[in-house]
Amino acid sequence: MRKTLTYRINIFLFLLPALFLFVSVLIAPIAMSTYYSFFNWNGLKTPEFIGIKNYVELFTSKSISFIPALKNSLLLAFLSVFIQLPFSLWLALKLSKRIRGERAFISIYFMPVLISTVVIGQLWLKIYNPDYGVLNVALRAIGLESWTRPWLGDKQVALGAAFVPTLWQYVGYHMLLMYAGVKSVPPELLEAGVLDGCTEGQLNRHIIIPYIKPILRVSVIFAVTGSLKSFDLIYVLTNGGPVHATEVPSTLMLNLLFLRNRYGMGSTIAVMLILLCFAFALLINLAFKEEKPV
Amino acid sequence: MMTAKEKKSPGQLRFRSGGRKSFSNILVYGVLILWALLCLFPVYWMITFSLKDNAEIFGENVIGLPRHWLWSNYARAMTLGQMGRYFLNSFLVAVISIVITLTASCMATYAMTRLVWKGRDRMNKFFMLGLTIPIHAAIVPLYVVLGKAHLLNSLAALFVPYSAFALAMGILICTGFMGDIPYDLDEAAFLDGCGVWGIFFKVIVPLMVPAVATVGIYTFLQCWNELMFATVFNSSEAYKTLPVGIQGLAGQYLREWGPTGAALAIATLPTLLVYVFLSKKIQDSFIAGAVKG
Repeated sequence: MRKTLTYRINIFLFLLPALFLFVSVLIAPIAMSTYYSFFNWNGLKTPEFIGIKNYVELFTSKSISFIPALKNSLLLAFLSVFIQLPFSLWLALKLSKRIRGERAFISIYFMPVLISTVVIGQLWLKIYNPDYGVLNVALRAIGLESWTRPWLGDKQVALGAAFVPTLWQYVGYHMLLMYAGVKSVPPELLEAGVLDGCTEGQLNRHIIIPYIKPILRVSVIFAVTGSLKSFDLIYVLTNGGPVHATEVPSTLMLNLLFLRNRYGMGSTIAVMLILLCFAFALLINLAFKEEKPV
Repeated sequence: MMTAKEKKSPGQLRFRSGGRKSFSNILVYGVLILWALLCLFPVYWMITFSLKDNAEIFGENVIGLPRHWLWSNYARAMTLGQMGRYFLNSFLVAVISIVITLTASCMATYAMTRLVWKGRDRMNKFFMLGLTIPIHAAIVPLYVVLGKAHLLNSLAALFVPYSAFALAMGILICTGFMGDIPYDLDEAAFLDGCGVWGIFFKVIVPLMVPAVATVGIYTFLQCWNELMFATVFNSSEAYKTLPVGIQGLAGQYLREWGPTGAALAIATLPTLLVYVFLSKKIQDSFIAGAVKG
């Protein structure tokens, strides 16, 4: 049997479809993007090699405003890790403690994850609508007329308003992962804790949370890389406006590519995003490794 | 590999409850219910305003149930753009992507877990890079190459990249499921005269049915909701998918909330309906995808 299992042509044929797809759609394009990022190219004329000038311009030019866009997505990552995830964890911990309606709550919380982001974006556009949106209508109804504003059109609040739906949508996703983790804690561990007189808070802090650290790590990685890549909701809600107040790297990239025809610079942003995603994933992995008590 | 089926439920512990405890319990329930309402509200609102006229939406009856159930909004939505076509495109792209992803990842997983060769673990790690690579990485080169090959504005412009980006997760999920199939079955089939292809098709494939559902659900939702590639690669009306189509509709008919709401509902309700019946299975797919052990 061993002989047939090591027959090289078979191994190659079994790998072929996946390898072909993976290399031609993921790996080769990364190489090509990196290559383009060293050129000044509008998609039509012959590309002109300019070395790292795109990178220099990206980080220094005010008219491209990459740094503010990056700051915005890092702010989203921060809010995601320090508000969205703790809230999700709280929900997961409460729901896993034999609460009435546990299944129903979980199913409802997870539902927004399944709805297309375009639909969610369009709904929130209407919720934020300055004249007829539910938010302003509700504020007027309770006499807070002065609080009403064009939420997505006001430079001061647009960024926050655009982030709310993003954070809202994925609470259920993180909650579900963490809930599955909490449910996988061996009952013996919890019983031992209870016998030792742990309160609920102590059980959470000393037994459950350390046990589900691998899942928390996945959640943090998803939250941070997801924030860096965030596109859909921002594109639908504001497309980076008003006056770039809600720009994130992805919206910037598409604008450079398809409005200004700057393929080289667009690729530079793509490369920066790949690097940032890998760097953050690596950093988070390291952080979780070091914290692990031996 | 921690899959949903292995999990036990430890939450059977009760804490002594005193008066303070029950007060905090009420508080907990309050927050849980409030968040549930916040999750449900947009969908409730979408469905109600999709059945109202502008007079109700814009003042008389903003959040109540519709007074006159205006089903004509749905008829109007179907004729506004080409909802039927968008729907069909989305469906075809999703189904073809699922078939490609499943075939490719099942075969690759077989090669990397059952066949014996040096470097198979390294190959697996290589594929797992796909979990972290953002789709942005491919957008410029794909746009250029698809443009040159005259493949922009076609279904292939979407299902090829979608299946490639779903591959890493597909392999991850398949590895878990294939690990559960005992090797004795391979050996028995071998003794019956099967080669590797025979083993693969007669033993492995039939037993991978649970993985089909998990990978299928995961891939389906990725494709059904994807916006960036769909916007950039397919701009012609004939090949738009649902997200791009409704995005265009909503921008074009800004004052017609009713029909726009109906279009949003048409795009959303099929998924939600399936979710109502398969909620556990769908949730497990997401858990299996994220929790690798």
